[in-house]
Amino acid sequence: MEPLTWTGNLSFLNLPLQTAAILFFILALLQILAGFVPQRGSTIYHDSTVAGGPGLHGWSARLTLWSFYLVLLICAAFLVLGMLMGTSGGIIGAVSRQFVPVWVALAITFFLSLRYRRRLGLYGKLFDSTIGMVGFGLVMFWVFTAIFAGVFDMIYTHAPLEQASGMKNKLPGTPMNGAEAEDFQWYLFGGDNLARDVFSRMVVGSVTVILIAPLATIFAFMVGITLGLPAGYYGGRLDTVLSFSANLILAFPVILLFYLLVTPEIRESGLPNYMAVVLFVFPLIFLGVLINSRFHTQPQKNTLFLVLALGIGGWLYLTLVSDQSSVIRLLPSSLDFFNIPGGILVVFVSVVFVNSPTVFRIVRGLAMDIKTRDYVAAAQTRGEGPWYIMLWEILPNARGPLIVDFCLRIGYTTILLGTLGFFGLGLPPESPDWGTTINDGRKLLSIFPHPALAPALALLSLVLGLNLLADGLREESLKD
Amino acid sequence: MTKITDYDGPVLEIDKLSISFFTRLREIPAVMDFSVAVQPGEAVGLVGESGCGKSTVALGVMQDLGVNGRIVGGSIKFKGRDMSEMTQEELRDIRGNEIAMIYQEPMASLNPAMKIGKQLMEVPMIHEGVSKEEAHARALEVVTDVKLPDPKRMLDSYPHQLSGGQQQRIVIALALMTKPSLLILDEPTTALDVTVEAAVVELVKDLGKKYGTSMLFISHNLGLVLETCDRLCVMYSGEAVERGSIEDVFDDMRHPYTQALFRSIPLPGADKNARPLVAIPGNFPLPHERPDGCNFGPRCNYYMEGRCDQGYIPMDEVEGNERHVSRCLRMTEIDWDAPPEVAAKAEKPAVGEVVLKMDHLKKYYEVAANALFGGGEKRVVKANETLSFEARESETLAIVGESGCGKSTFAKVLMGLETATDGKIMMGDEEIQDVAIQDRSTETISSVQMVFQNPFDTLNPSMTVGRQIIRALEVFGVGESDADRRQRMLKLLDLVKLPRAFADRMPRQLSGGQKQRVGIARAFAGDARIVVADEPVSALDVSVQAAVTDLLMEIQRENKTTLLFISHDLSIVRYLSDRVMVMYLGHVVELGTTDQVFAPPYHPYTEALLSAVPIADTSVEKEHIVLEGDIPSAMNPPPGCPFQTRCRWKDKVAGGLCEQKVPPVRTLEDKHQIKCHLSEEVLASMTPVIKIAAE
Amino acid sequence: MGLFILRRVAVMLLTALCLTFIVFTLTNLEPNLEKLAKTQGNMRMTDEQVETWLSNRGYRDNLLSKYGQWLGVVPGYVITGTDGELRGKCIRPGMEASGAPRFCGVVQGDWGWSTRFREEVGSIIAKRLGATGWLMLAVMCVMVPGALIIGVLAGMREGSRLDRGLSTVSILTTATPEYVSGVIFIALLASTKYGLSPLLAEWGMIEGKSLFKGTATSAMKDITFANFTLPVLTIALYGMGYIARMTRASMTEVMTAQYIRTARLKGVSFQNIVMKHALRNALIAPFTVIMLQFPWLLNGVVIVETLFNYKGFGWTLVEAAGNNDIEMLLGVSVVSVFVVLVTQLISDIGYVYLNPRIRIS
Repeated sequence: MEPLTWTGNLSFLNLPLQTAAILFFILALLQILAGFVPQRGSTIYHDSTVAGGPGLHGWSARLTLWSFYLVLLICAAFLVLGMLMGTSGGIIGAVSRQFVPVWVALAITFFLSLRYRRRLGLYGKLFDSTIGMVGFGLVMFWVFTAIFAGVFDMIYTHAPLEQASGMKNKLPGTPMNGAEAEDFQWYLFGGDNLARDVFSRMVVGSVTVILIAPLATIFAFMVGITLGLPAGYYGGRLDTVLSFSANLILAFPVILLFYLLVTPEIRESGLPNYMAVVLFVFPLIFLGVLINSRFHTQPQKNTLFLVLALGIGGWLYLTLVSDQSSVIRLLPSSLDFFNIPGGILVVFVSVVFVNSPTVFRIVRGLAMDIKTRDYVAAAQTRGEGPWYIMLWEILPNARGPLIVDFCLRIGYTTILLGTLGFFGLGLPPESPDWGTTINDGRKLLSIFPHPALAPALALLSLVLGLNLLADGLREESLKD
Repeated sequence: MTKITDYDGPVLEIDKLSISFFTRLREIPAVMDFSVAVQPGEAVGLVGESGCGKSTVALGVMQDLGVNGRIVGGSIKFKGRDMSEMTQEELRDIRGNEIAMIYQEPMASLNPAMKIGKQLMEVPMIHEGVSKEEAHARALEVVTDVKLPDPKRMLDSYPHQLSGGQQQRIVIALALMTKPSLLILDEPTTALDVTVEAAVVELVKDLGKKYGTSMLFISHNLGLVLETCDRLCVMYSGEAVERGSIEDVFDDMRHPYTQALFRSIPLPGADKNARPLVAIPGNFPLPHERPDGCNFGPRCNYYMEGRCDQGYIPMDEVEGNERHVSRCLRMTEIDWDAPPEVAAKAEKPAVGEVVLKMDHLKKYYEVAANALFGGGEKRVVKANETLSFEARESETLAIVGESGCGKSTFAKVLMGLETATDGKIMMGDEEIQDVAIQDRSTETISSVQMVFQNPFDTLNPSMTVGRQIIRALEVFGVGESDADRRQRMLKLLDLVKLPRAFADRMPRQLSGGQKQRVGIARAFAGDARIVVADEPVSALDVSVQAAVTDLLMEIQRENKTTLLFISHDLSIVRYLSDRVMVMYLGHVVELGTTDQVFAPPYHPYTEALLSAVPIADTSVEKEHIVLEGDIPSAMNPPPGCPFQTRCRWKDKVAGGLCEQKVPPVRTLEDKHQIKCHLSEEVLASMTPVIKIAAE
Repeated sequence: MGLFILRRVAVMLLTALCLTFIVFTLTNLEPNLEKLAKTQGNMRMTDEQVETWLSNRGYRDNLLSKYGQWLGVVPGYVITGTDGELRGKCIRPGMEASGAPRFCGVVQGDWGWSTRFREEVGSIIAKRLGATGWLMLAVMCVMVPGALIIGVLAGMREGSRLDRGLSTVSILTTATPEYVSGVIFIALLASTKYGLSPLLAEWGMIEGKSLFKGTATSAMKDITFANFTLPVLTIALYGMGYIARMTRASMTEVMTAQYIRTARLKGVSFQNIVMKHALRNALIAPFTVIMLQFPWLLNGVVIVETLFNYKGFGWTLVEAAGNNDIEMLLGVSVVSVFVVLVTQLISDIGYVYLNPRIRIS
C-alpha cells in the first residue's frame, strides 16, 4: 500500500490555490496599509463609506475580494472533488469522504434555515450576517461530527484506543501496518506516540466536548440566573453577600481551583458529589419558581404543572446526584437508572462552579438596569410577586446579551475543558478528548507535531465558530 | 480662515431637497421636495412631529448624514455656494465657523472628559488660528454673554459638574464662539424644565439679535416657535406642507394639517366639556407606507377621493401673499374660517364624595452622600413635605411641578411602592400609608392604578399586548376562566379604541399612542377607582396627545374615576383638570380650583410657571417673567421658603423672612391655599400673566 | 480617598483569609493527607504507618488550630513522635528544638516549609516570582500597546475594511487558548523538521537549526530573543484579542456619541477627533479590563510555563498542587489572590482618575 499524499490526484489544484492565496495575502495587506492614507477627491464620511466611483482604491478592493472568493472556491473544489474521489484524492479526499454525513447534514440545515429564515426570529436573522453564518457552520460541523461519531459510530476510521504495531508517530497518510481487509487502510492524520490513529481520536474527542461544554454552561446559567436576579432586583445585604461570594470564587486563579478540586483524592472524599447536590438543584428551583410565579393565581393549573415539572425534574435530579459507589446514595439502586462516571462528574461540577460567578455578575447587572423600567413598575403596582417580576418581566428582556454570552461561554468552557485535559486532570489519561490529546502530543512536539496539531486545530475551529456565532448574534440583535 | 463676507443674498437656500436613507431592503425617503430660505438675521422655525424629517434637514445642511443617508435631489446653498460640491476641508471650515448647531441633549453633546474651557477654546483655535490666550479671553467673554455665574470657574469645570440648564448655555456659547452666520437649533429645550426653558429661549433670542445671527429653529412645539421665530415651515411626513410668516400660518393657515394641529392643542379657552379638542384621526404614516398623493390625505377632513390620492402635489402660493405657500390642492375650495365640527358636548359630571384623602403626608429618604465610595455621612432628602389634600369621585386633580418637585415620590407612596414617613393616606375609610403593596388586598391594589409616562417603556417588550392585559386580569382576580378573561381583554381593547387584532401583537409593532392606550386599558382592567396618570401624554406627538387625553376623559366620565393627573404642562392642565395642586421641591405651594390657580393672586412660582409655558396663540399676550438660575437640588434645598432663591417678590417681604422660615399654608377665599409669606395686599396687587387680546 | 483604600484593603484581607481557609480545608482533606504521607514517606505504607506519620507531624490537630498555626496566631505544634523524635512546626531540619520560636506563621513573616522542594516557602516564592515577573513584564509590553492600537484603529471607523480585518484577527486570537497557540508556534517556528525553520535555515537566514527555541528553560538564566519570544507571544496573543475587542467596542460607542458629532460639526478634523476627543473616553473601559486580565494572565502563565518548561511561579503551582505541598500551595494562593485583588484596587483607582465624572469631593 502506498502512503497517501495530502492532495493525491487533486494535486493539479495546488498551484492555483497557492497563487490565489498569495495574491489575496498581498492585496489584503496593501488594502490595510492604504487604509491609513487619507484619500482626496472623493467624499469620505466619518465612517469611511466612500462615495464616488471606484477609483484605484475601489478596484484594488474588488480584486482583493475576488482573490478571496477564488481561494474559497478552490478550497470548496478540494472538498467536493475529494468527497467524490475518496482516497485517490489524497488525505484531503479521504477525510472529505469520511465526513460525508456531516456535509449532508450541514447542507440540509443551511438549506432549510435559509429558506425559512424570515419565520425563525433571531435564529433566522443570524443568516443575514456572514460572520454569524460562518460561525454557525463551524459549530454545527462539530455538533454533527459528535452526533454521527457518538451515536452512529460513523466518520472515524479506527477505534480511538486501538494501537497498531509499527504505527508509532507515523506521518499522516501512512498505510496501516498489517491491516485486515475490512479495516480502513491508512492512518489519515498519522499515529500518535502510542500508535493510535490521530484522526479517529480527534473525531471521537469531539463527543466529550460537545456533550459537556453546552450542558455545563446551561447549568452555570441556571445557577447564575437564580442567584443573580434576586441580587440585582433586591440589592442590599443579599446582594452584598452574594457578590462577595462570587468575587471570592473569581479571585481564585482558575488553574489553582482545578488543581485543588479535580484530583483523584478530592473525588475520593466525595466533595464533587456534594457540590453536585447543591449545583444541580438550581435548575429545579428555577423551574419551580418559574411555574409558581406565573400560575399562582390559578391554583389548579399551578399544582398540576408544579407536580409534573418537579416530579420529573426531581427524579432526574435524584438519579443524577445519587451514585451507589459514592457517598451520596439517595435513591435505592432499583430506581437509580444512570450514573455519571466520577471523572466526568468532577470535571462537570468544577466547570459549572467556575463559570457561574461570571454569569451571576452579568445577570445581576442586567437585572439592576431593567428593574428601573416602567413595565417593572407597572407590574409592581398591580401587586405582582417579586419572582414573577424577575422571571417574567426582567429575564425575557435580558435575553439578548445572555444568549450572546451563552455562546461565548460555551467556547470558554471548551477552552477550560482543554486546559483540564492539558494538565491531565479529571478525565482518564487515555481519553481521546482534545485537551488530553494535546497534552500527550506536546512532549515530542518539535519532532512530531501532527499528534498535537490535529486536536489543537479542531479545538481552535470550534471555539472560533462559537465566537463568530456570538458576534453575529450580537450584531443582528442590535439591529432591532 | 476668513468668512465669506461679500454676499448679501439669503444665508441659506434649500431648494427642492430630497434625502433618503438606504437600508439593505429598500430606500427610505426621509425628506422630499423641501425648500426654504433663511435671510440674514432672520429666524425660521421648522415645525413637525417626530419622524417628519425636520432633524434630517438640519443634518443635511451640515452634510452629516451618516453611512446610509444620502442627498438624492435638490441643492443646499450656503451664502450662494452649493454645499454638496464642497470638499471635506471646505466643509470643515464652514462647520462651527459659519454654521453652528445646538442639540437636544446638552449633557450628551459635551465631551465628559474635557474641561469646558478647552472645548470652547478649541473652536476659535481651529477656525481662526488664534493663540491660546486669545481663545481663552474669547471663551470668557462668551460665557459671560450667556449669563453664566462665575465664568472663570465655569471654564475650569467638567460638564457633569453643571446643571442641565447651565450645560445648555455652554452649548449655546460653543455655537456662538465664532459668531456664525447661521445657527441651527434642534429641539434645544426639550430636555429642560419649563422655567429653565423659558430662560434659555430668552437668551437665544437676545443673542441672536446681538450677534446678528440667522436661525433655523427646529421644534415640535408651536408655542415656542411663535415666541422665537419670524417665519415658519410646517412639515408632515417628510414634506413641507405650509410655509409663511408666523402671522400668516398661525392666523390664516391654508393647509388642513396645520389647521388640525392647532385644533388639537389645548389653547386658552378650550374646555374638556364645553369645547373639547379635536383629535387628528389615524396615525402618522411610516416612511415606507406613505400614501399616493397627499401624505396627509388619509387623516384629512377635506379629503377627496380621486384628487388627493393621485400624483405629485406642488407647493402653491396662497392668493395675495407670495411669501405664504401651502401644499394643498383644495386650498381655494375650503372655507378656512368655518368653526370646527364639535362633537356632542358632554355634561360635566357631578363630583361625588371624597375617595382619597392625604393628611400631612411626609416622605423622607436617606441616601449616602457619596454613592460610589459608600459610607460617610447620610443625607436626608425630603421628597414630600406635609402633603394634604382630598380628591373626590369623578374629579380630576392635577399635580403640577418640574423635576425634583416630589410628584413621582408621591405617586410611589400612594401606590404602595414606598411607605410614608409620616402622615396619613385614607382611601375610603382605610388607612394605607404604611401598607406596602405586597400587604395590600387585591381589591385595594386594583382600585388604585397608574398610567406611566414613557410609552416605549410601559409595556413589557417580550409579551403580547393581549397577554399583558390578561395578566392584569388574572392578578386582579377578574373573570372565571381563561376564555372569560380573553373576552374581557377584548372588551378593554374596545374601550381604548384599539382594534381587537392588536391582542396578538408585540409592543414593538405599536406606535407610541397605541402603546399608551394599552397602558390605559391595563390600568382600568380591575375597574380602578383612582388612576394616577404620570405625564401620560408628554412623550407623545402633538397630534396624538389630544386623542389620548380625550380617551382618558371619556373613560373617566363613564367610570366615575378619580384622576390624579401629574404634569408639568399647564396648558393641558388648564384644559382638563377640576382642581390644581402646584408643587415645588417637595412642598405644595398652591392648591385650588383651576380658575383660582390660573388667576391672580398667584403663588410667585405659579406665576412664573404660567409665564414660562409657551402658548401657540398670536392673540395671547404674556407677561415675561424669567426666573434666575436653576431648580435647586432636592438633596440640598435652600433654607426657609424653597422658592426663595428664584423668587422675584422676595423683597416685598420684610426682614428676610423668606430665607429663615418655611411659610405657613394660608387659606384664601374659597379653600384656595397658598404657601407664601407675601401679605394680602401684595397678593391682591398681582396682575394676570396671560391676557387674551381683544379681537 | 484614604477611607476608600482602607475599606478596600480590609475587604482584600477578608477575601484572602476566606480563600486561604478554603485552600487549607481542601488540602487537609483526608485523602490528600494520605497522599502526602505516602509521597513523603513511601508509597507502600500501611494505614497505621500513615496515621503515625501524620500524627507525628501535627497533621492530626483540628483544622482551625492548624490554620491558626499557619497564620501564626496559635503556637506551632511541638510533638515528641512515637519514634522518639521531637518535631515542631517551627523546628526546621537541622535546627535545635530549643532555639525555635513559639509562633511561626504568616504574621511572623514565616510562610512555612515546602515538603516538595524542601526549602522555605518564602524564598522559593520570591525566586519563582522573580522569574515570572520578567515574563509578565514582557507580556504586558507586547500585549497592552498592541491591543490598544488594534482596538482604536478598528473602532475609529466602524464597519470599514480595516475594522473587519482587525476584528477578525482579534476574534481569532481570543479563540486560541495558550495551549493551542503554543503548540502551533512550536510546530511552526521552533521545530527543526517542520514549519519555517528548515526553510529559513536552508536559505541561510538563520544561524541555528531553528528560529526560536521550543523551551524556555535557558531563559531562567539568560533571556534571549530566541528562547523568550514564543512564551511571551503565546500569552500575549490570547489576552490581546480580548482587550482589543473591548477597546474596539468602547471606541465605536464613543465614536457614535453625540459629543463626537458636536466636535465634528465644530469643524474638528478626524485625526483630532480621535486623538483629543475620543481616546480618553474610549480608554476608560479597556483600562478596567486590562487590570482584570491579571488573574487570566496567571492562568496563561501556568500553561505556558508548563509547556515551555520555564520554572517560574506557574510551574511551582503545578508542582506544589501535584504533590499536595500544603504550605507551598497556601503561599501560592495568597500571592495570586493578592495579585488579583491589588489589580482590582488599581483598576478602581485608575477608573476614578480617567473618568472625571467620578471624583471624590
